[in-house]
Amino acid sequence: MKSTRSAAATRTGAQILWETLLDEGVRVVFGYPGGAILPAYDALLDYPIRHVLVRHEQGATHMADGFARATGEVGVAVATSGPGATNMVTGIATAMLDSSPILCVTGQVGSRLIGTDAFQETDVTGVTLPITKHNYLVTEVEDIAPAIHEAMYVARSGRPGPVLVDITKDAQQASSSGRWDRSGVVLPGYRPHGVPPESELRRAARLVNEAERPVILAGHGILISEAMQPVRELAERSQIPIAMTLLGIGSIPARHPLNMGMMGMHGESWVNRAIQEADLLLAFGMRFDDRVTGHLATYAPNARKIHIDIDPAEFDKNVPVEIALAGDLSVVLEGLGPLVEARDRSPWLRTIAESKGDHAVRDIQHLPDAGRLYAAHVIHDIWRLTGGRAVVATDVGQHQMWEAQYYPHDRPRSLITSGGLGTMGFALPAAIGAKVARPDDEVWVIAGDGGFQMTMCELATIAQERLKLNVAIINNGYLGMVRQWQEFFYDRRYAGTPLLSPDFAALARSFGLGGEVVTRRDQVEAAVERARADERTVVLEFRVEKEDTVYPMVPTGAPLQDMIRRPRRGPEGSKPEIEW
Amino acid sequence: MTDPGDPRRGGAVLPRIFAVWVEDLPGVLNRITSLFRRRGFNIESLSVGRAREPGVSRMTIVVRCDQTTGRRLAVQLSRLVNVLRCDEITETPSIRHELAMFKVSATPEERTQVIQLATATGARIADVALESVVIEATASPAKIDGIAEVLRPYGILEQVRTGLVGMARSAASVMSEPGPRHAPRRRPESRADDGSGSV
Repeated sequence: MKSTRSAAATRTGAQILWETLLDEGVRVVFGYPGGAILPAYDALLDYPIRHVLVRHEQGATHMADGFARATGEVGVAVATSGPGATNMVTGIATAMLDSSPILCVTGQVGSRLIGTDAFQETDVTGVTLPITKHNYLVTEVEDIAPAIHEAMYVARSGRPGPVLVDITKDAQQASSSGRWDRSGVVLPGYRPHGVPPESELRRAARLVNEAERPVILAGHGILISEAMQPVRELAERSQIPIAMTLLGIGSIPARHPLNMGMMGMHGESWVNRAIQEADLLLAFGMRFDDRVTGHLATYAPNARKIHIDIDPAEFDKNVPVEIALAGDLSVVLEGLGPLVEARDRSPWLRTIAESKGDHAVRDIQHLPDAGRLYAAHVIHDIWRLTGGRAVVATDVGQHQMWEAQYYPHDRPRSLITSGGLGTMGFALPAAIGAKVARPDDEVWVIAGDGGFQMTMCELATIAQERLKLNVAIINNGYLGMVRQWQEFFYDRRYAGTPLLSPDFAALARSFGLGGEVVTRRDQVEAAVERARADERTVVLEFRVEKEDTVYPMVPTGAPLQDMIRRPRRGPEGSKPEIEW
Repeated sequence: MTDPGDPRRGGAVLPRIFAVWVEDLPGVLNRITSLFRRRGFNIESLSVGRAREPGVSRMTIVVRCDQTTGRRLAVQLSRLVNVLRCDEITETPSIRHELAMFKVSATPEERTQVIQLATATGARIADVALESVVIEATASPAKIDGIAEVLRPYGILEQVRTGLVGMARSAASVMSEPGPRHAPRRRPESRADDGSGSV
């Protein structure tokens, strides 16, 4: 570490913290003060860093996460010790599973009190050890800057992830004349950037060139690596159709002719069928999650697999692969791209087009449209009226899948959703983070009535920060996705899923925001337009069909092509049909 | 043997040995054991001590698992920020020893016999008391098992075993020992400028 001692420039640990963050390019933090972080807060007033006061520390972590996903930069959350830090756990785990770079700075009790069960003491580095990429307990002022520099580097490099730095109160208060900068970061055990050997690239290219029915599986790694262009070029030159993971959405424009759409449990039937019939899968920055593979033993049985990921721990974890190329996707494609031949694959593309058939207009047309409101209609209308250009944040559940199905994203980093952990309450704070990061973009929250209530206190943050978002609550009076599983797999026994909600519009107005309730389809357009035109954040509560279901669906543990489809419009109570 | 139902498994299940170099920092052992717990690996033995380089600890970890799991484990360990290096040395020709101590019941009449027996197996006498002797042995785990069997009829009052430590034979390979971070955190006066590992 660099250090130039001069008696003149002594700084407190708190000052060092903010100056180090400034040096790392941080201009905004999401946080909540408390005793053990008070010295840091006191110093904050002297630095050009915007502090967004959250209403719950979980919100701070999701905001940092939304900020990170909207920009690719590290998002920063700040909290005090004990309950402040433990409230961050869900947000940290969310960022971990979705490889989102966030830095959590927590205050810790004085170093001499550690281990004494002092007031608001929690072993937060112990608690977060398995859900952070790395974490630090800092008890000395001299260690603050190195830890922050390291943490920022670890968070954003390689496979990004959350890093927590826990700083004791006395370390924040103590003074040091040391000087540090990021050139001093030395992590001999951390080698985030592998480069696959030339011979493996050639072997991979040969497999691609030989394949008759290849499919690219486009994951979050494309966005993280900013490999949108090289992936697109490879696909176009070699005429390879592309299937998206949920977090890969936006990496290739939805309207690109080679983009087939989303794969997996609620993916498109023709996409899943293409994967099952493929003779080669090119997995780009994705991890073969159980929600995209279905039953592993029957997954893509005829396909050889090439897996490119920056994290070698992902190889052979779920699906054994023929060739594993560890490295940054952009760098790997720089080597691989030129080795892949231009090819015509029109027979394969024709087969997919045929299996797609009229499914593309999809089951929305089979909805009984007697003036009743369906989530699909609402989301489709929001897409239409925002020109598909909004940044949309979603929670987890039915509305999340409907959003993925009915809001086609053409731009990178325009869908922000909790994929891996499936965190309810993510959308609202994540959207706040995204709006703070990208103030000129139109930002929408699409959330369910259940998830929204988990973090709706952050409406106060929106009001205090005078942020302009729009919120669409898809209110079906149930914890919808769980209800759907109960409908399919638990004999319609709706245990714990019927949900009473407040009047969300009135609630929003109580925060000084706009609010409106929409119950009929013919009201949707005008309500969305009014919300967009309003300078305040507006909460639109859409009271939709209560027992609507996300179709199609691959039941857990079933082969990927066995999808339950929406029943054709017909006699009341007609059963869902199984495709194939 | 590969179980077709689970494509993640493959290779014989046997005790697999990992040589792991880690930064000597607080909490590193916890990170390692937390990884084992979280990913469902079961540690047979783990021993830690100083490596040649100051600031570096060397661990020998034994895990009973198949080859695929062993590979995954090595990758997972390497991924930890404080792990400098991880090698599986199960297949590498190497010396694998364990230190064991046995407190064996021995009356004055039995004492000579016990001591002779222990010495014959290559063990040493670490302590002699009126009614017992402490026997110390450094050998392969199988040999230690054998020594225990020989001593058992006299009555083993207490035993302690360190678990395996391993080192590849010189002919097999000379492992280049990984170094620690160049500037210890507590003394930030000097700056690493040789460029190695610096970012």
